[in-house]
Amino acid sequence: MNHEPKFHGYLIGYLLSVALTLIAFGLAYLHINSGHLAFSHQFLVYAVVALAVLQLYVQAVFFLHLSRHPEARYNLVSFIFTIFIVLFIVIGSLWIMNNLNYNMTADQVDAYLHKEN
Amino acid sequence: MNRTETEHVRDTSLLGFWLFIMSDCLLFASLFATYAVLGHSYAGGPSASEIFSLPFVLLETLILLTSTLTCGLAVVALYKRNREQILGWLFVTGALGALFLALELHEFVTLIAEGHGFQASAFLSAFFTLVGTHGLHVSIGLLWMLFMMAQVYRTGLTNVTERHLMCLALFWHFLDIVWIFIFSFVYLLPIIV
Repeated sequence: MNHEPKFHGYLIGYLLSVALTLIAFGLAYLHINSGHLAFSHQFLVYAVVALAVLQLYVQAVFFLHLSRHPEARYNLVSFIFTIFIVLFIVIGSLWIMNNLNYNMTADQVDAYLHKEN
Repeated sequence: MNRTETEHVRDTSLLGFWLFIMSDCLLFASLFATYAVLGHSYAGGPSASEIFSLPFVLLETLILLTSTLTCGLAVVALYKRNREQILGWLFVTGALGALFLALELHEFVTLIAEGHGFQASAFLSAFFTLVGTHGLHVSIGLLWMLFMMAQVYRTGLTNVTERHLMCLALFWHFLDIVWIFIFSFVYLLPIIV
């Protein structure tokens, strides 16, 4: 964290982030305006996720100044650890809840719905 | 390595603040997980593509992104020890942050007025909790920025103000990173799919 932050570093990070944001919104806009036909849904999901991860990388490097520099080592290690835990929470929750859904029988779903209404 | 005592204190407290931010990430992770699980539970209410508008979210995104740039420029000014520039960039950052918050509140008020409040469905509860928590963080950041400007204005650039400014900048950049995932996973993907 002791490198002196420079104007052009922030500017590059900003321009890259704007570009990645515009690509993501542009893909969504084209897709909706073509009546959901322009791209396959699977491609779009991968593209939006990839663009978000790329932008996370850009901002971590240019704004948070994360690097392999020895002085930023603890920041980097805790950052990677946090990403690991975040993935654990999100993917784990989705996995468990989908599994629960899948394992409910049609009768159970029926009984549940009737109770709700 | 030749490092002075003040540099050591600054780096240690920055690391401590960094660890706080990392634990804040876990708060957001659990809210994102909730949204991911409940995002399709509309309960007969509106779906995501019916209530979200792409240009509006793009505008919010660009405003917050620009404010994170100007916050970085305040840090550049800090290293140049230019007090007027720091105050100026902090003011621009705060103004953009306030604009972002106003847009978000406008979105919330419109949704609630149309009967799509947080009680309407599990999807909307998860949405309001996640985006509202981010908005709360932005509000706290704005208050902090006001105090910071007062501190820089009154006491000038001391070791203490310098340390606080660096922490504030980290916090503000973190909020923009959370927003990347909000616009991608909360707004874009549900609208597309």
